[in-house]
Amino acid sequence: MAELHDFTLASARDALKAREISALELTEAHLEAIEKLDDRLNSFITRTPELAREQARRADEALARGEGGKLCGIPLGIKDLFATKGTRTTAASRILSNFIPPYESTVTANLQKDGGVFLGKLNLDEFAMGSTNLTSAFGGVENPWKYSDSDARLVPGGSSGGSGAAVAAGLVLGATGTDTGGSIRQPAAFCGIAGIKPTYGRCSRFGTVAFASSLDQAGPMARTLQDCAIMLESMAGFDPKDATSVDVPVPDYEAALGRGVKGMRVGIPREYRLAGLDPEIDALWEQGIAWLKEAGAEIVDVSLPHTRYGLPTYYIVALAEASSNLARYDGVRFGERQTRDTLDGMYEATRAAGFGDEVKRRILLGTYVLSSGYYDAYYLRAQKVRTLLRQDFQKAFEKVDVLLTPTAPSGAFGWDEKPTDPIQVYLNDVFTVPASLAGVPALSVPAGLNSRGVPLGLQLIGRDFEEETLLAAGHVLEQAANFTHRPTLHAGGAA
Amino acid sequence: MSSYRITGETGEWEIVVGLEVHAQIVSRSKLFSGASAEYGAEPNTHVSLIDAGFPGMLPTLNEECVAQAVRTGLGLKAKINLFSRFDRKNYFYADLPTGYQISQFAHPIVGEGVVETELPDGSTGRVGITRLHMEQDAGKSLHDQDPTRSFIDLNRAGVALMEIVSEPDIRSPEEAGAYLRKLRQILRYLGTCDGNMEEGSMRADVNVSVRKPGEEGFRTRCEIKNVNSIRFVMQAIEVEAQRQVEIWEAGGTVDQETRLFDHAKAETRSLRNKEDAHDYRYFPDPDLLPLVLKQEWVNELKAALPELPEEKRARLEREYGVTRYESGVLAAEQAVADFYEEVARDADARLATNWMLGDFFAALNRTGRSIEDSPVSAKGLRELLGLISDSTINGKIAKEVLEDMVETGESASAIVDRKGLRQVTDTGAIEKAIADILAANADKVAEYKGGKEKLFGFFVGQTMKAMKGKANPAMVNELLKKLLAG
Repeated sequence: MAELHDFTLASARDALKAREISALELTEAHLEAIEKLDDRLNSFITRTPELAREQARRADEALARGEGGKLCGIPLGIKDLFATKGTRTTAASRILSNFIPPYESTVTANLQKDGGVFLGKLNLDEFAMGSTNLTSAFGGVENPWKYSDSDARLVPGGSSGGSGAAVAAGLVLGATGTDTGGSIRQPAAFCGIAGIKPTYGRCSRFGTVAFASSLDQAGPMARTLQDCAIMLESMAGFDPKDATSVDVPVPDYEAALGRGVKGMRVGIPREYRLAGLDPEIDALWEQGIAWLKEAGAEIVDVSLPHTRYGLPTYYIVALAEASSNLARYDGVRFGERQTRDTLDGMYEATRAAGFGDEVKRRILLGTYVLSSGYYDAYYLRAQKVRTLLRQDFQKAFEKVDVLLTPTAPSGAFGWDEKPTDPIQVYLNDVFTVPASLAGVPALSVPAGLNSRGVPLGLQLIGRDFEEETLLAAGHVLEQAANFTHRPTLHAGGAA
Repeated sequence: MSSYRITGETGEWEIVVGLEVHAQIVSRSKLFSGASAEYGAEPNTHVSLIDAGFPGMLPTLNEECVAQAVRTGLGLKAKINLFSRFDRKNYFYADLPTGYQISQFAHPIVGEGVVETELPDGSTGRVGITRLHMEQDAGKSLHDQDPTRSFIDLNRAGVALMEIVSEPDIRSPEEAGAYLRKLRQILRYLGTCDGNMEEGSMRADVNVSVRKPGEEGFRTRCEIKNVNSIRFVMQAIEVEAQRQVEIWEAGGTVDQETRLFDHAKAETRSLRNKEDAHDYRYFPDPDLLPLVLKQEWVNELKAALPELPEEKRARLEREYGVTRYESGVLAAEQAVADFYEEVARDADARLATNWMLGDFFAALNRTGRSIEDSPVSAKGLRELLGLISDSTINGKIAKEVLEDMVETGESASAIVDRKGLRQVTDTGAIEKAIADILAANADKVAEYKGGKEKLFGFFVGQTMKAMKGKANPAMVNELLKKLLAG
């Protein structure tokens, strides 16, 4: 079965079309891998083997007729933030632990329409709040990668940590993620895979449990950018059910991969060169610059002057929206309801029991920054800074086509190394957050290993709806990096 | 302007009142979902997953509700804001499934306007409109019916409301009543709100403060929530103003707070301290883009607006020669005006006006019917008036015929024929009847001729009685004069 785990999403698609393999055997191989590895990795919250077999059988029937969409028969994992009709959808929270939606998110409906096979619902930080995947009410996810010198459990990053780990370990060929401030890109970097946060409005948010509505955007996570391109084409598109979805046609992303970067101007934002940046990260960045230059790109020094306000702005805007979005989980309709003498008492006890510490922390912060005495000082000012940050990008993109930065300030760290100071954890998102605030697309590609043997990623940021340019530049990095390393925990065995 | 004053121990006080009217928008579906907005269905039968605040559900704006708000703004002669925006009003309130209400806060769709009021004594006034914004209605939840369970009805959750905020221009309970009546009339004419206060499709929050006449600025106000009839609004203002005057005169201060009006006890009671209001947390709803309207679209809506009450009154006065008072009554409701025009168009307008305002309204009152389910159609009434005009029957008989029409639903001519009520215009028959009367009352004839001219009415009456009321009154008059002179 080992060779079945060597497929990328694209090569599996081609093999399925050519009838060299069947969707059912591909699915069974991945279900087996989940059986074998996931009790340890804990990347799935809910496994759906029966649904997967049923979808695989239908895919085989379609393929036999010479039909089937672009993901026909492809085993996928779904971040448990996407509502799936009839399948438990928890957002990794106790308060939604028994929630079975009677509806399907637009993104997962699109994937199913194209023939995707769903193996289950993937773990994440509770309500997508976190950068470690340790805040899940269903337990943390173990990164399939190991330090070369230690057996310690490493974090997969977050919030799409289950997605990152499942893809990296070969449990699925691709997974959905959502990115609010880096939740696709940072775990992709930690897990040594590719991930794209598309332009805000590119993928419908309908049916995705909301964290921070003005930032949340679904995107693909897979082993290669080609795989991501195939998935994104299926996930994206205008949806009248989401007022912020944008009616721009979905291009053939896969076709954009080979365009190259000749004549492309690549910006290096000088403000991203943080004082005290890990020299290994810095070296990787230099390497990325060299690769693009060699491939014919022009490197341009650019300035994004408001970068240093990105993180504080993000934590005001995102948490304000989160406090509002999570108000609906009151114990009246969702979750285990606590009994108290008064209604307020019931709410308080239910929410106290239903939410984890990180979620509570964020709700409290968000409530605080919106409260009338502080609104002008925090929220209103953050909105203004957000506008400035977006203008930074617009100005930079007058001069350059893409921006190159590291994805995260470090590689994966150990569960035990998790900083006790939440602010330190928040710093994981320092490179990813500005693009989220600006709404522009960004991706992460694996570009190398650090000295302790865990992957590091490079980030490319592009203009609104220019995912194709990102893919072209990303593909050059991907080819040059030739990242063929495999994590220690992998369905096909370690490489 | 009214000079309403409360007389306290320290002298006179005037009242300052502003109203926030919540008017339910007439639309097929809710403001942000496709669920029906119809009133009175079984609990939870008109609820979409969006209204219920399910995870991942997103609001999408109902364009018809926007059009209704713009029409209303135009009807209130108000500024239409081509840019408006929806905000989330966050507060923990049991009836909001999402925990927040989507409402326009910083940028409402309609800006300043004005409502011309008319008081029962005929005096007029103007009440400024500060703004009109759209928002969602809340659901209904009962948490105290069962120790462990909550009962929830989300039929109203998400129904589109217009909140129409007035300037604090109102100075008497009567003016508040006049304002509400006028506002309701305009909304009904526009078809943007049915104005049905009993069903809660129009309700008012009343802001009341008092001050000494001539005093600059405002003193602390209290808000009386959700008053659901015009009469109660007027009573609540009276009662609350009185309460405030007593507090000020006793040397106390009025606390800013939300109160409710208990009409049975004729008192207002504290509901919650306004300090809680600081917990309202607003920010732009990230699920909805700002609402940007095109001026051409607004122009189209304006061109298609129905005739409004003031225009209609002016036209009725011009075309049918009705008085200012009569136009007010006839145009009070669009259906009445339509009915009137249907009757008056091909009839003697004066006759039509007198009959509408007189016997016809009396018949409606007597039978407890409204113009919409009138027992006599406009066509039926017009036919009746036609029979008067062409002298088939006289006015007195016509009253009897109308009563019969209300009873039986038969047409006027059918009743006249069945009962043989045609007016007698045969000179010979009338002359004969008069001759008999005069012969039988020789003494009275002598008195009449002796100068007691008032007896003329007696002879008319007797003649009509003898003719069973069917004689043409003009002919009776004429012939009597001739015969008495002879």
